[in-house]
Amino acid sequence: MSLLRVTSPHASGLGKVSAVMRDVLLATVPGVLVMTWFFGPGTLINLVLGAAVALALEYGVMALRGRDPRVAISDLSVLVTSTLLCIALPPYAPWWLIVIGVVTAVLLGKQVFGGLGYNPFNPAMVGYVVLLISFPIQMSSWALPRGLETVPGLSEGLQRVFSPGSIDALTGATPLDLLRQNTGLLFEDLMTSRPELSGWAGLGWFEVNLAFLLGGLWLLYRRVFTWHAPIAMLAALGLCALMGYDGGSSQSGGSALFHLFSGASMFAAFFIITDPVSSAVSNRGRLIFGALIGLLVYLIRTLGNYPDAVAFAVLILNFCAPFIDHYTQPTVYGTRKPTP
Amino acid sequence: MRVIHDIHGGIHPPERKALSQPGTLQSLALPPLLVLPLRQHLGVPARPVVAVGDAVLGGQMLAEANGVMSVPIHAPTSGTVRAIESRPIAHASGLEDICIELETDRQDQWVVLEGMPDWRDREPTMLAEQIRSAGIAGMGGAGFPTAVKLTPGPQRPIELLLINGTECEPYITADDTLMQCYADQLIEGAMILAHILGADSTLIGIEDNKPEAIACVQAAVAKANASIEIASFPTKYPSGGEKQVIEILTGVQVPSGGIPADIGIVCLNPGTAVAAREAIVEGKPLTHRIVTLTGEALSQPCNTLACLGTPIAHLLQEAGWASEVRQRVIHGGPMMGFAVSNLDAPVTKITNCVLAPTQSELPLPAEPKPCIRCGHCAEACPASLLPQQLYWYARAKDQEQLTTHRLFDCIECGACAYVCPSHIPLVQYYRAAKGQIRDSEQERKRSDNSRERFEARERRLAEEVAAREAKRAARKAAAQQQAISGGVDPVQAAIERAKAKKAQQGSSE
Repeated sequence: MSLLRVTSPHASGLGKVSAVMRDVLLATVPGVLVMTWFFGPGTLINLVLGAAVALALEYGVMALRGRDPRVAISDLSVLVTSTLLCIALPPYAPWWLIVIGVVTAVLLGKQVFGGLGYNPFNPAMVGYVVLLISFPIQMSSWALPRGLETVPGLSEGLQRVFSPGSIDALTGATPLDLLRQNTGLLFEDLMTSRPELSGWAGLGWFEVNLAFLLGGLWLLYRRVFTWHAPIAMLAALGLCALMGYDGGSSQSGGSALFHLFSGASMFAAFFIITDPVSSAVSNRGRLIFGALIGLLVYLIRTLGNYPDAVAFAVLILNFCAPFIDHYTQPTVYGTRKPTP
Repeated sequence: MRVIHDIHGGIHPPERKALSQPGTLQSLALPPLLVLPLRQHLGVPARPVVAVGDAVLGGQMLAEANGVMSVPIHAPTSGTVRAIESRPIAHASGLEDICIELETDRQDQWVVLEGMPDWRDREPTMLAEQIRSAGIAGMGGAGFPTAVKLTPGPQRPIELLLINGTECEPYITADDTLMQCYADQLIEGAMILAHILGADSTLIGIEDNKPEAIACVQAAVAKANASIEIASFPTKYPSGGEKQVIEILTGVQVPSGGIPADIGIVCLNPGTAVAAREAIVEGKPLTHRIVTLTGEALSQPCNTLACLGTPIAHLLQEAGWASEVRQRVIHGGPMMGFAVSNLDAPVTKITNCVLAPTQSELPLPAEPKPCIRCGHCAEACPASLLPQQLYWYARAKDQEQLTTHRLFDCIECGACAYVCPSHIPLVQYYRAAKGQIRDSEQERKRSDNSRERFEARERRLAEEVAAREAKRAARKAAAQQQAISGGVDPVQAAIERAKAKKAQQGSSE
């Protein structure tokens, strides 16, 4: 009789990579639903198109690399990448924008480095930044929310995506854009001057952020990641906004509430900077990683040239992650300095 | 009330302890042949003192201790020595080792045992020596010679004797059963060990998933009126690691690379304490131990008091083993135990459990996927290491970074691999990396040694040449000196002498 020889441990837990990825995908559902309510089916079209391209790419590349493509597909990681990128892209963006973004994210952001687990940068943000630099006009035309504009139906949405230019669609600046372009109005006055800025952080945007916060909290509850990076980022962003508020003058950076609940703040905090592969590894490191992203997001939003800053901040900190790791190794058992 | 500290990390795998019915001991049939390895402990193997064909009695010494880091082996029952040869043993390597084979005669006749019930009046060093000659080595799993632990030396005064009854590995209930069935003996054993160590206080730590054991030990302490403290603490794997249990119960960490005695603590297994009592009070050497036989492949899982040397196959048959295809038999628990490669391997002093799981019970490891650096391993690590980083560096064979990230503080508990969603066999990587680093250190030492020898030789040769040069120079200088001071040039004088000699020869012809 032959005995099976394997090394310890012989017991293993129930965790699976695909389960982690599935949880992340599920957690985006509330945010996507709210986005669909306010901006129409544009985000859904992005997601479906992006997923199809991403799956085909991952399958093809893994087959070319001589790996089993079904195994790679089944870990769902490529769907997470395309989903996160497509949520960040403007609804009703032309189809080629989505395709270029996903190709960049999957190939340049992930596969050239060796696939899952080897990418030094957040693949979705690589795709986003390449699009933002290459196609600034398409990237900054965001659909107007429900309440300002009738939300398009599915067929009109598809038409806008697949034959851009055939329909004169109204797009506008996001609340963050409006804040940056403001020169003369007090913050309070600015918020009441435009219908897009009704609510605490812009029409629709507050609810979208709230929904992503919900999804993020669920992921925290599921222990998909630790609280360190998201909380540090939100705290740093809120603190910077508080310090830069200066009573709400026309030069102010906007209120803390505005910064926390506008743009991609919550989405970034819980879905982007929590990507474990490209972030710092220790909890202490993740605190620093998150806080520096929060600081950079505020600085780029208020002083920089781009409407939102998350992608740049994340990529810059991806660069810094190994450096942060080097200086934030945890105190190993038995190496604590004796207390005198 | 003692303050219970928390350790970093840890996991809660299914305990499965009820399976082997802790608290009762089944008596199983004696096997016809006992196989006693000469090395059942950590250190130097014992030296046989019997010959093939010798009839021996139970309790008779079969092999003597070979130095300080060694303990003797005794016959668990009477019989005849059949062979002294290489046999399969229970070891992770699957290698064989020299064993004494004892054919039992079923008479179970014993040598006359002489105990020391008056141990309180005896010298600690003498008692420690008695514990060594009884063949006692740590029964928790490492098999460290107990006498060595009991004599830490005057520079390490011991304040606390800690009896580690944690038994945090899933499935294993050997210590649980021992604490329930031998509570009185455990208390007396602890008092003997404290007496030998000169420890100020004695503490028995038990995880809170063993309420019966806690109750039994508490009753025994009350009965003996002993000043022994009992502390229970929350169940979590690997709280039973020596370093972990010390931190849980005292809040102090054993310094990296050090031993508990450095901070005035000696930590011993309850089985070791009971064995120590038998050795001192009854004069009985260590010949039996409690073994948990468990797993769903056994129809009658149980705890049994097994003779050392009992083949594992015999125990499994006795416990109603129904073997399945690709059966895995584990020596120890599911977290840190190793798969046995040959069932003829015997029970030794460190065998606390034999686990025969079905495949549905402990499924085969899944195909590893890439590490996504999720950090669950770092959260589970009881040593606060960064397992995901160690994994990268182990794969890259980056020994410098492995050392910086303190690979050698890894206790190989397997918590990281247990939680890994990518099913990476992390512990295997760390073991291999440790082996490679040890190898390259040896290699470095060897090459340092050769270099030093070569340099010493070069130096010696150079010195010899220099000495010769100096001698020649000195002679030359002396000659010149003479020429200047005496007015006689030695070269000229030599020529004169030669001429004179030649002239003399010419005249005599």
